[in-house]
Parts: sequence; structure tokens; C-alpha cells
Amino acid sequence: MGAVRDAFRRMAEVDAGPTGLNCILWTDEARALADAAAVDAIPATGTLAGVTFVAKDNIATTHLQTTCGSRILEGYVSPYEATVITRLRDAGAVLVGKTNCDEFAMGSSNEHSAWGPVLNPVDRTRVPGGSSGGSAASVAAGIVRIALGSETGGSVRQPASYCGVVGVKPTYGRVSRFGLVAFASSLDQVGVFGTTVRDAAVALEVIAGRDVRDATSEDRPVDRYSRAATADLRGVVIGKPREYFPKTLDPRVAKLCDDALDGLRARGAEVRDVSLPHTDLAIPVYYIIAPAEASSNLARFDGVRYGLRITADGLRAMYESTRTRGFGAEVTRRILLGTYVLSAGYYDAYYKKAQEVRTLIAQDFREVFAAGAHLLFTPTTPSPAFEFGAKSDPYEMYLSDIFTATANLAGVPAISVPIGDVDGLPVGGQLMASHFDEQMMFRGAFALEASHAEAT
Amino acid sequence: MSAASDYEMVVGLEVHVQLLTRTKAFCGCSTAYGAPPNVNTCPVCLALPGALPVLNEEAVRLAVRAAHALSATVNETSIFARKNYFYPDLPKGYQISQFDKPLAEHGKLDIGMNADGTPITVRITRIHMEEDAGKSVHDRYAGATAIDLNGVPLIEIVSEPDMRSAREAGAYLRALKQVIEYTGVSDANMEEGSLRVDANVSARLRGETKLGTKTEVKNLNSFSGVERALEVEFARQSDVLARGGTVTQQTMLWDAIRGEVRPARSKEGSHDYRYFPEPDLPPLQLARAWIDHARAELPELPAAKQARFLADYRLTPAEIEVLTADQSLSAYFEEVARVDGDAKGAANWVIRDVRQLLNSGATLATLKIRPPALAQLLALVRDGTVSHDAATKVFAIASENGDAPLDIAKRERLLQERSQDALAGWVDQVLAAYPDVASRFRAGDKKLLGVLVGLVMKASKGRADPKAVNQLLSARAAAGE
Repeated sequence: MGAVRDAFRRMAEVDAGPTGLNCILWTDEARALADAAAVDAIPATGTLAGVTFVAKDNIATTHLQTTCGSRILEGYVSPYEATVITRLRDAGAVLVGKTNCDEFAMGSSNEHSAWGPVLNPVDRTRVPGGSSGGSAASVAAGIVRIALGSETGGSVRQPASYCGVVGVKPTYGRVSRFGLVAFASSLDQVGVFGTTVRDAAVALEVIAGRDVRDATSEDRPVDRYSRAATADLRGVVIGKPREYFPKTLDPRVAKLCDDALDGLRARGAEVRDVSLPHTDLAIPVYYIIAPAEASSNLARFDGVRYGLRITADGLRAMYESTRTRGFGAEVTRRILLGTYVLSAGYYDAYYKKAQEVRTLIAQDFREVFAAGAHLLFTPTTPSPAFEFGAKSDPYEMYLSDIFTATANLAGVPAISVPIGDVDGLPVGGQLMASHFDEQMMFRGAFALEASHAEAT
Repeated sequence: MSAASDYEMVVGLEVHVQLLTRTKAFCGCSTAYGAPPNVNTCPVCLALPGALPVLNEEAVRLAVRAAHALSATVNETSIFARKNYFYPDLPKGYQISQFDKPLAEHGKLDIGMNADGTPITVRITRIHMEEDAGKSVHDRYAGATAIDLNGVPLIEIVSEPDMRSAREAGAYLRALKQVIEYTGVSDANMEEGSLRVDANVSARLRGETKLGTKTEVKNLNSFSGVERALEVEFARQSDVLARGGTVTQQTMLWDAIRGEVRPARSKEGSHDYRYFPEPDLPPLQLARAWIDHARAELPELPAAKQARFLADYRLTPAEIEVLTADQSLSAYFEEVARVDGDAKGAANWVIRDVRQLLNSGATLATLKIRPPALAQLLALVRDGTVSHDAATKVFAIASENGDAPLDIAKRERLLQERSQDALAGWVDQVLAAYPDVASRFRAGDKKLLGVLVGLVMKASKGRADPKAVNQLLSARAAAGE
């Protein structure tokens, strides 16, 4: 119960009020205390007994609202609980809040939340990243050590990098999506944030594994990721894909990456130059596939059964007024885009072509891992957190996910670990592994974290 | 110029069949017919945020069985797709269906014989799986539409445009319903909506090989309605064409009460469904061995059963058609025939008496008179223990209380009397009562035998065995008594 009180005390200090971070949307302290008391009453339960956590507002919870940062779900409380929440609670963890995010997880700065932007705890003039900005900020601000987010194209790793915490996107199919409000189903995965690699590893261990309620979750053994820590990387081959180190990369970010690679080498890893030739197609492909699936996934928000309904004259008018009023500009833009690329006459040129290119992107990864690389190291983002309003052109904003969207398209696991800062702003290094090799990913991440700690 | 009578009808049918699964297509909710609206719902079929579909394996098993029964090729990989459109009874805003990779393709169904004895075959393009949408009820609550969510698994069976008349379309539907029922895939009941039909119909000049512009006729709710609607729509199209006009491709709605077709509102025909592969469900992978095993498990289908009945039981084609129309009726008949050994007798009883019970509301499953009892009754008639008239009475009683026919016959004093004493008593009584007839009979007037037998039967109140009476009277005449 002490942990819950600490979390709420910290929330009151940093999050509340007009000058707060605005990272937590919904809380119920009495309920959280009761949950903690129930955990305390059973001694030695679960690996996370009494540990507090927060969850992104697009993950279904039965007592706190699940609005996905959208007006269209204002006041909506799910009658059922997401599998990931149940698994954490079963392990003894206590949910203390739902976190702010870009509306329906569409955005890279948390500026697209109906409930206002989240401020970056490191520098409040800057964005925390997105779309899981509230979860990243909650961990960075010390409210909790573990947070759940969701990834469709970098939405955990990018804010983790911007806020200076650890962020993991597991292999597609590693974690149940049941209860994660769908954005783009073939890309979505629940991800975790931690103050340390170990926190993230423990949380992922708990939530990973087959769920009969998600047909895309796979029945694969789940390793003890938290035990992957080792100082020794001998025999581990780390690929350095040249497409992720373009000439335009911020030289200060490039320098931090070189230092990080030196640290990995010092632990026995072999670093090789490799190539993922279709990398530059990732953003265009992502912005066809993700909106296409979103246009269908968001059709259920129609004012008929739950959430916002703006009554109007006739059914069609009700749909139009409800959705026009309920969805923000970015969500509307993507629904329009997705509807367009699936339309008769355009499907082959856009959606089908994008799926073909997606296959090539995944093939790039398979080939580089088959050729001997165990891990790939890249910067998580091209630059550190930007200022509010800096990326008013949507395409500029989309490019902040240029190094992260590939892992979602290919389905491989990836993690962002802090590797230093530029002018006081955190920078993350990314490690990607082959499908379902989270154990190797964590092994590299523990080493990266340890070598960064030694260097500072 | 051509006349309307120069045209021939071309018909293809799209048939939706609800599968007899206990649970819905993509969640564990019950599919019981007649439950109150929206009682059997969960986050998945309510399309709550975050809910995901999980494919019902029983639905796959039944769909594959139907595909085999229609001689279709089952694909080892088929892919679910989303059909996107907005409607209140479609909670997700899309229907999970199959599009360019259906469950099965290239089937066929024989629907009758040509004059030369060759089968009339309708090719089946594809059989795919999907979930049923819900139902919108617009007229029950003032100012509101009620939605009954559904999600029962369906298969859609799409035929080629191989039918040339409304009668053939009707024959196809009856043959299809029969096969579907035989396989236990569905109860295929058009009244309850477990079988639904949309018809694509076009008209073309006889001899023409190209297809004309078709219309799709919807809102069909009985087989005879399908036939009538096709005739009406075909007549309309033929008339348009004969007058030099063109048919517009559109959706038509059948109005069974007025016997008319009218165009649906234009919107209903012009959807862009934006199909794309359903990302929440992996491709459906079926092992070849599993597919083959499912074919081996198929029950005997109507055509095979009819051929066997012809060979084994020497029944007439008309009798066979009646007995095999329904799989459970044919099973009932076969058990009676097996126990009793007299197939013809069994067929007569089943076709006349058993079906009469079924027509008055009984079902074979709950029928009180079971096949072994009917077989016993047949044997009692054959050996003269009960008369045919008495057997009809015994049958009626047995169908109400389920008692054994022999017990009923004894209890109701319906056994035929064959003891010589009793028969002689009635004969003496009759000969005494009609001395004139008796003396002419004794004098050798054989024609009076039938009259006397009838009088004895009457005197015995039907209990005397007429054969035995006949023998006794003949013996008396021979002896000059």
C-alpha cells in the first residue's frame, strides 16, 4: 500500500493542475489502495507483488475509463479487462492510473490527445513523444517504474527515447492484444516501459504468452527475460544497418551511437556493417497499411452502442455528426486516407502494393539475421525530443518514426535503451532481434544499459 | 423485333445457410434460436473496443462438410476478409467474410434429369464462411430502431448462372436444402431464416451465348416465392428487351404480397465494401488429411441413397422420392424394413400413416411409435393376427401412447378371432338368421359365399378372421351342411 501512496503523492507533485505533466488521465486512489491491500493480504504472491503500474488509455480496464484519448469514448468504462492488465494484476501489480496518449494511438508527440498534450518531464517545453507519451512520462517522472503502452509504429520506443526510459515492443504475436483497442491490427502490440531494462523485462515476462482470446497471439515458450543480464557478449554479432545512419543524422546522435557500439564491443560483441535495403520505404508503406486497417477498426465508433452520440436527422446524419465531432483532426485524416487506399480501383495500387513491399521489408530482416547477425543496433529516433508545435506538417511528424516503424512492419522485437543525451535531452539506442528472440534482445539491452552506466 | 417469348431466363443463386453450431462464428455466445434479443452477447459480438474474434472450429467442420457434400474442392488455405459498411446491426462496421480466397470452390449439384436421362447439373462457384449480421427492427418502437445482434456462422453458396427457368431454380433450392439437411450442417429453414436466397437473373434471346445484364432479386422468403419472383422479374426484363430497351443492373426487392418486384433504393446496390484481409485472424490452414477425413465422414447423400433404395427395396421412383426427401424419414423407413423384412409394406405405412402424423405436427424424433413397433404391427397384419382396419386403429393408439401393438390389439379386443368354436357360433347364427340365403348357398350357389362372409364379419363385429370364415363356409358347402 505504501507503493500506491507513493505513486499518488508523486502524481500530485508533478502531474496535477494546469502546470502538471498531464500524463495521467484517470485514477481511483481508493480502488488502487484496496487492490494493494488485497495483494498485501496474500503473502508472497506474484513476481510483481505490490508494484504499481499505469496503462495507456487504449487498454481496456474495468474501473477506470478507456477513452483512447478521444472524445468519442469520453466516459466509456469497459465491462471487461484486457488480458495484459489481468496478467499484471494476477502477478500482484497494482494499477494506479490510465495514461494520456495521442488519440487512438495516432501521433508521435502526444499533441493529438483530446485531453491536451503531455509535457516531457525532462524539459517541459518539449513533447514526450507518442503515441504512448503519458506512459513514458509517468515512468520518467518517477510516478511508477512500469507502464504499459502500445506500439503500431514506434509508439513505445520513440517516447521512451524522448523521455530517457526503457521501452520495449515485443514480437508481433508475443503479447495478447485482447483488450487493446485496435488501431492497425497487423501492427499493434502492447509494449512496456521501465525505469530500467530489468523492470521492462519483468513486466514483459508477465504479460507475454498465448491467449486463446487473441488468434494472432502465438504459443511460444516465454523465457525469463529478467535473467538475460550478462556482462559477456562474446559470440554475439551486432549488425549496424547503414540505412539507419544516414549522412543527415544529427552528428551528436551519431556520436552517442558510436560510443554505445564501442561499449558493446568492449563486452565481446562483434559489430558488423549490414544493410536493410528497403528501409526508406517503411514510412510510405506504414502510412498506407496502418490507416487502411484503422479506417475499418474505427468503424465501430458509430454512436450506436456506446460512447458519443450526436443525434441528427436520420441514421447517416447521426453517423456523420457523431464521428465528425468525436474524432480529432489526425484520426480523421487517417480514416480518410485509409478509406481511400482500400477503395475500388485504388486497392491494388496502394494497399496491395504496400503489403508486397512490407514483405520485402520483413525479408530484409530475415536475411540479415540468417546471415549471422543476432541483433541490430540503431538510433531509436533521428533526433531528441522536439518542441511543441515544431512539426506542424504531418509528414515531418511521421518521419520521427523512421527508425522504429520497420520493426512493426517486420514483426520483430525491439527495445529502446537510454544511451546519453544531447544538450540535456535523452537519446535512445535501439536493439532489434529476430522473431521471438526477446531473450537475445534483453541480453543486448542489459549490456547496453550497463556500459552506458559505466561511461557516465 | 423480337417478342418477349423469344427470351430465355438465366439464373444464378446465392444461398446463405446458418450453420448448426452451438456457439457463434467468432465468440463463445450461444446460437439458440428464439432467445430474447441480445441475451447471448459478449464483448466480441457487441464489438466493444479491444475485443477480438476467435474462429469457431465447429463452424469450420460443418462448412467443410457442406463443401464436400457439394463436391467442391476445399482449399488448404483460405483467408478471412473484412467487408466494410456502416449499419446499426453490423456492430463492428464490417462483416468478417471471405473474399478472394474462399473455403471451397468448384462444386456441383444435380437437380434432376433431362428427358434423355442425363443429370441436370448446376455448377457451384464457391462456398465461403462468414458471420451473420444482426437484425434491425424498425416498426416495433415509435421513433426508434431496435437492433438484435447476431453473429451466427454462415456459409454462402454461390452457383454459376446455370439455371434456365424458375422451376430449375426451385429444383436447385430443394436439392440444396436436402443435401444441407442430410449432412446436418443446417436445419435449412427458410421461415426461420436459417436458409436465405438472393437470385441473380437475366434474360437473353434463345440461342444467344452471352449473358445479359442481370439484376439481383432480394427479400425472397420461400422457395415458391423465389420461383414467382423470378418469373415476374424475368417477364419484366423480357418486356424491356423486346421493346428495344436495356436492363439496368440493380438490386430488386420482391414484394410477396403484391407479387411485384421493385428497385431497391439506389444506395443499397452501390456499396464499395473495401474488402481487405482480416488482420485479426490468421489464414485458415487445413491439413489435406483432415479435409479428406471430413469427406470420409460424410453421411450417405440423397442421390446415393435413392440409387440404393431402388436396388435394395424395389420401390417405385415416386416412393423413393418421398422416403428420401428427409434423411430422418428414410432412416425410420429403413429400420422398419430391416426389422420386419417387408420393405414394400414398410414403405406403404411410412409414406401414408407415418407422414400423416408428421403432417399434423409430430416429429420423427419425438414420434411415440418407434420403428420396431411399426415392424411388429406389419407382422401382425401379415399373419392375420389383426385385420388391416384394426391395424390402423392400433397404429393410432400406439402413436399416442407408445405401447406395443400386440398389447394394444389384445387390450382393445382387436385381435382377429380364429378359434373354430367361435367362428362356428357366428356362422350358425348367420345361417339361422338368413334361412333363405343359407338354403340357396347349400344348394350350390357359390356367389353367395361373399355375402355370407360379410354377414359373419358383421355378426362378429369385425373380429372374425375373414380368411378362416371363408374356409369354414366353403367346407360347410362342400359337406352340404
